[in-house]
Amino acid sequence: MAEPAAATPSSLKRTPLHALHVSLGGKMVPFAGYEMPVQYAPGVLKEHLHTRAAAGLFDVSHMGQVALVPKSGTVADAAAALERLVPQDIIGIPAGRQRYAQFTHADGGILDDLMVANFGEHLVLVVNAACKEADIQLLRNGLSDVCDVQPLTDRALLALQGPKAASVLAKFCAEADGMRFMDSGPRTVDGLACYVSRSGYTGEDGYEISVPADEAEQLAEALLSDKDVLPIGLGARDSLRLEAGLCLYGHDIDTTTTPVEAALEWSVQKVRRTGGARAGGFPGAAKILAQFDGGAARRRVGLRPEGRAPVREGAVLFASADGGEPVGKVTSGGFGPTLNAPVAMGYVPTALAALDTQLFADVRGQRLPLRVAATPFVPNTYKR
Amino acid sequence: MTTLYTSDHEWLSIDGDVATIGITDYAQAQLGDVVFVELPQVGRALKKTEAAAVVESVKAASDVYAPITGEVVEVNQAIVDEPALVNTDADGKAWFFKLKIADKAELGGLMDEAAYKAHTA
Repeated sequence: MAEPAAATPSSLKRTPLHALHVSLGGKMVPFAGYEMPVQYAPGVLKEHLHTRAAAGLFDVSHMGQVALVPKSGTVADAAAALERLVPQDIIGIPAGRQRYAQFTHADGGILDDLMVANFGEHLVLVVNAACKEADIQLLRNGLSDVCDVQPLTDRALLALQGPKAASVLAKFCAEADGMRFMDSGPRTVDGLACYVSRSGYTGEDGYEISVPADEAEQLAEALLSDKDVLPIGLGARDSLRLEAGLCLYGHDIDTTTTPVEAALEWSVQKVRRTGGARAGGFPGAAKILAQFDGGAARRRVGLRPEGRAPVREGAVLFASADGGEPVGKVTSGGFGPTLNAPVAMGYVPTALAALDTQLFADVRGQRLPLRVAATPFVPNTYKR
Repeated sequence: MTTLYTSDHEWLSIDGDVATIGITDYAQAQLGDVVFVELPQVGRALKKTEAAAVVESVKAASDVYAPITGEVVEVNQAIVDEPALVNTDADGKAWFFKLKIADKAELGGLMDEAAYKAHTA
């Protein structure tokens, strides 16, 4: 048995809910420069299953929240400026809605993935914790002529996810149940001035709630007072998003993967593709649009191991049970508690990306059989 | 029978020249919910500190090392069929494998229960 992880270094940052996590028995670990709860007393398996059966509350305050405020006062100006940095249709996001996007690199790789919401008079972005400083610099360098880039450092971010999320949040926010998937904007929750979106990272119906930092604990405790809600750690957040087939930045997508290779074509609207009214005009457009038109050499796929053994990140993939050169690599993998089976994703040559293609993963020197499988592994339950 | 412990959180129950080996309750609590166990082949000769078995939780895979040198004489299929047994009865029904002890002198380097309790305190 390996020794448990070493004590947490004191240089780590804390979210406004740190004291609450500790009082709830959270096992705190370093994550993206923050001290975060990886699990609570019930453990990853039960936390995962509870989220799919009822509702889970996640602290995602480590993520970056950034307002893009147009100097002109016209939100379309901020949207047009942001289109310089992402391949998405930002101008076309209606007020009160949000959209998934990626910051791309000149080589076509992905610098970060993010959510972009149109709040009517400005945009609000949610970016990954590990990338947020670089993202803010990217935004300031690229958009300062048009926008004020305002990190919302005085706000916490909670996610309430699962089939009971809507009935729970309705008790604190009358408008919440009327929201559709990817609706986003200011709402009053339990008397607090929040930003609410109907979205998340679990494949379940649910909400993300941005709340003033000094009122975050009050809101978290109010939501946790509901018998359907349990606090959920990062361990279950990862197994939930993996079952939902959602990418984790730095693992499934990074600066070496393009949106096309990552099977994220659905997130790039036609208006930004070849022949569209605003085709190109984002970093890496030449490479990314060429891949849209001519295909990419490799592709991110879902993988279902045929046995019980989890196939984890870094496992090398082969096309045959013995011999041959590696054909790809697993980028995320583990055990899916809802499926009660191992699940993974990774990159393979496009010729091997068809559903049901037989592959093999090297795990501790053995070639374990697995098959290319559709994602999400667990059907999502978004309220569209 | 004597029960001994390693600093890697394994227990050994010694009965004559056979040692029954498992992971401690402390170890299973650190791992979390066990979802997969891989055991050595019966007949395999294991050297002390060699990776002998694998135990995986939702989060991670961990090796279980041979605490002493010996030949595998029996493995516990029950924990392969029901990995959660490792969480519910680590000190009992969820033993991993039995070794025919090659050199009893190696037992001298292991901890008794009091020493192990102090080690995990």
